[in-house]
Amino acid sequence: MVLKRAKLCPYLIIAISIIFCFRLWQLQILDGDKYKALSEDNRLHIVKTPAPRGIIFDRNNVPLVKNVPFFSVSITPENLTDIDMDSLSSLLGLPKRELEEKLNKNDNSPFVPLKLKQGLSFQEVARIEARHSDFPGLFVETDVGREYPYGKVGAHLVGYLGKITPAQFNNPILRHFPPDALIGQWGVEALYDDHLRGTAGEKIIEVDAMGRELRMLQERQPVRGKDINLSIDINIQKAVEEAFGNKAGALVAIKPDSGEILALESLPSFDPNFFSRGINYEYWKLLTEDKKKPMLNRAVQSQYPPGSTFKIITAIAALEEGVIDLHAKVNCTGGISHGKWTFGCWKKGGHGDIELRRAIIESCDVYFYELGKRLGIDKIHKYATAFGMGRETGIQLMPLKERKGLIPDAEWKKEKKNLPWYLGDTFISAIGQGYVSVTPIQSAIMMAAVANGGHIYQPTFIKGGNAPSETITLKPETISIIRDALKGVVNEANGTAYGSRSSITTLGGKTGTAQVVGKSGLRGERFMDHAWFVAFAPVDKTDIALSVFVEHGGHGSSAAAPIAKKAIEAYMKSQESEVRSQESKSAEN
Amino acid sequence: MLKIDRRLIKNFDWITLSIIFTLSIIGIMTIYSATRPPIGMGSHPDFYLKQILWLLISLFAIIAVVTLNYIWLYRFSYPFYGLGLLLLLIVLFAGRTGMGAQRWLSIGVVSFQPSEFFRLFFIIGFSAYLTNIGQHHKDKVFIKSLLIFAVVPLILLIKQPDLGTAVLLMSLFFVLIISKGISKKIIILFLIIGLISVPFLGHIFWEGLKDYQKNRITAFIDPDIDPAGIGYHINQSKVSVGSGKFLGKGYLKGTQGPLRFLPEKHTDFIFSVFAEEWGFIGSILLIGVYLLLFLRGLDTSIKAKDEFGKFVAVGITTMFFTYFCVNIGMTLGIMPVVGVPLPFMSYGGTALLSNFIAAGILISIRTKRFELFYP
Repeated sequence: MVLKRAKLCPYLIIAISIIFCFRLWQLQILDGDKYKALSEDNRLHIVKTPAPRGIIFDRNNVPLVKNVPFFSVSITPENLTDIDMDSLSSLLGLPKRELEEKLNKNDNSPFVPLKLKQGLSFQEVARIEARHSDFPGLFVETDVGREYPYGKVGAHLVGYLGKITPAQFNNPILRHFPPDALIGQWGVEALYDDHLRGTAGEKIIEVDAMGRELRMLQERQPVRGKDINLSIDINIQKAVEEAFGNKAGALVAIKPDSGEILALESLPSFDPNFFSRGINYEYWKLLTEDKKKPMLNRAVQSQYPPGSTFKIITAIAALEEGVIDLHAKVNCTGGISHGKWTFGCWKKGGHGDIELRRAIIESCDVYFYELGKRLGIDKIHKYATAFGMGRETGIQLMPLKERKGLIPDAEWKKEKKNLPWYLGDTFISAIGQGYVSVTPIQSAIMMAAVANGGHIYQPTFIKGGNAPSETITLKPETISIIRDALKGVVNEANGTAYGSRSSITTLGGKTGTAQVVGKSGLRGERFMDHAWFVAFAPVDKTDIALSVFVEHGGHGSSAAAPIAKKAIEAYMKSQESEVRSQESKSAEN
Repeated sequence: MLKIDRRLIKNFDWITLSIIFTLSIIGIMTIYSATRPPIGMGSHPDFYLKQILWLLISLFAIIAVVTLNYIWLYRFSYPFYGLGLLLLLIVLFAGRTGMGAQRWLSIGVVSFQPSEFFRLFFIIGFSAYLTNIGQHHKDKVFIKSLLIFAVVPLILLIKQPDLGTAVLLMSLFFVLIISKGISKKIIILFLIIGLISVPFLGHIFWEGLKDYQKNRITAFIDPDIDPAGIGYHINQSKVSVGSGKFLGKGYLKGTQGPLRFLPEKHTDFIFSVFAEEWGFIGSILLIGVYLLLFLRGLDTSIKAKDEFGKFVAVGITTMFFTYFCVNIGMTLGIMPVVGVPLPFMSYGGTALLSNFIAAGILISIRTKRFELFYP
């Protein structure tokens, strides 16, 4: 008998077919909805389209940044087996080890593209596109990037755009951003990031398993970020950058009637374009290892004794408190003695009999020792603090924190140094040496307050910005006396800044020198004094007030005042051309 | 010239021919749908046209096979089997590598997979052997058959490696020896030998597997280990089938295949594409059509006029059924991914031709059941 057990065969076949039917029931009926949703997910991908970022303009509508295409190259890891690593590494200019590290670290699915390099140049893009056929799965993506046409000029202020950092992912607003998103990391770009960013668009596209875009089903257009008009005048920034040469320092210029910042330059600076092309480790290393500290914003983070520029405060305090008559003379013999100490005047032979106006113009130290003695440190402290020194100005410059400077008094010295306050301390405080220290922005605010009659504004970067202010009650004649004296500093033959008088406007100002070491014979730039100059112009109808600080610049008169003059002249010229272009515009209309 | 016998027309097995023709047409339609390019993405690949061409060739072939008397196969069964083994040997040394395995052999411009034909030669050869040992065989002949018809070809197949054909071979071997009426003693002996050798052979087998085969087995055990990697095929196939729900997405409305989520959509995973578009109802009907084919094949084996015909009919039906089980089981995620085509539906010229030849032999056995004399 053949096929003995053939009878069983039909039952086996039917049984297995029934098992399949049950499985189909399970997949298609019981779990059908779940798989339906999965298949929709498969088909539809939501792709974010980056929004063009708002443009940052200066006060004359000059764009300080440009949106440029930002290229990056990605690969679908699934294709890796067909790719020769050595030639890929040479094509991208990435070390093979770095490349392999990136690919090994990837724990996404082999169908999700992995970003290999960001911030490609046009040449690199062209090279990759040309060899596209040799590298299946390699493709170039375009994003919105930034270009800073002025480079180093104003870099501290404008800032830069950079890849989101791991720490920033803890920020709830940024958490849902893609990991390689570019956000503002410094300066205005960071401070007004929300404002500039705009809203990313969304494209719902049908894709295949390779992530290839097949067709678009729905699109929500990105909303462009809002523009910002800064109060900055880039012409001043350029002039300042040039005037500084290779010196380190800072300049802050303020519009006295509004507190708008016209210029804020800290040198040496950095080129933000390097950051916006993806993280450039070599450049970052170069910057952080530079002894001149280019990443330090000297305008708000450097504090030094203000030197003779502080005499403005002492003089105002004296006039307000009535400790000296305007025409009362003090005899300067080149120094005064107090106990075993001698406090010298910078002029060896002394100034002879000298009254307030000339003491300011010629910067007589002995006269101000006398004022200090008559005022006492508490009065000096009161007026300096009123003028914004020794406290925060409220300026915001991400990611930096401004320094407060220091206006000492007896209480402070007792607490910090555990020493009593001596009259000698008052002497040197009155001429802005010793413990007194200020930041360039504080000096500029002080100068602006002198120019506007005692209004201390919280500085702002926004054109037409309505900055909060506080007002110091001063006698009207105090201000006019001081302004007249400061005009003399620049415009009279024996004024300390006579060399920096301007032919196109009338400057008023005060030089200052912050001593680095005592009067020993040490030479070399490292031991040179820091130079200060605070100025305002035009004297009668003031439109700009500024402070210049030159690290190891030497004397305020020779190192700082010429920079101030160039900045002010640049501003005057750009105002003029702005007025002219406004006129020609209205003439056309 | 062949003279077409009148009885041939009268007794012709139209049912089997209709079934396989229907399945082939459904196959071509599904290939067309599976390979259609996404909207606006180039022209339609010509897979479906090639399959239509192969179907025409296969129809000619089936007529030729039916016309010839299958008894000729019996006469040349051993040389056929020898040729089959030779082909397997040649492919190991001169084969072209495709998809990580040496399976292809080129003769001139034609490339084919020798295992597609080996499985037919095996059925014919083993059926002849089982016929020849007669009714009063001794148990030791099975030991001999184990060596010639199981161990030798299995080694050659594992070496390629061709897991699909190896599985088929074991299935055929056991079904045919059981059909022969092997004593329980021998079955138990074979099972014990099998069980003992599993740990040893299993190790050798596992080591012999290529990485992709190991991955497939790991992926079967837990597809969610790596949803986009090794478990990807299984998960995507389940998504395809499941998303069809009760009525399906409709013909040419499936997305998984055209959007390339589903790999091998027009070959090994063609059932997934079908199930996505035709739903539960369509899938049940399709399984019903296959069931008809198998039951008809078994019926042919019962009605066959000689022992050789009975064995060949059982063998061919077992072959179709094994492929059906392994393939559907794989697409439904209840069996490991073994690259086996779905008979008559999957894209592939040689497979279609060889399946039609096999079905032709079935038809021939049924048609000739009333011819009492060997020509």
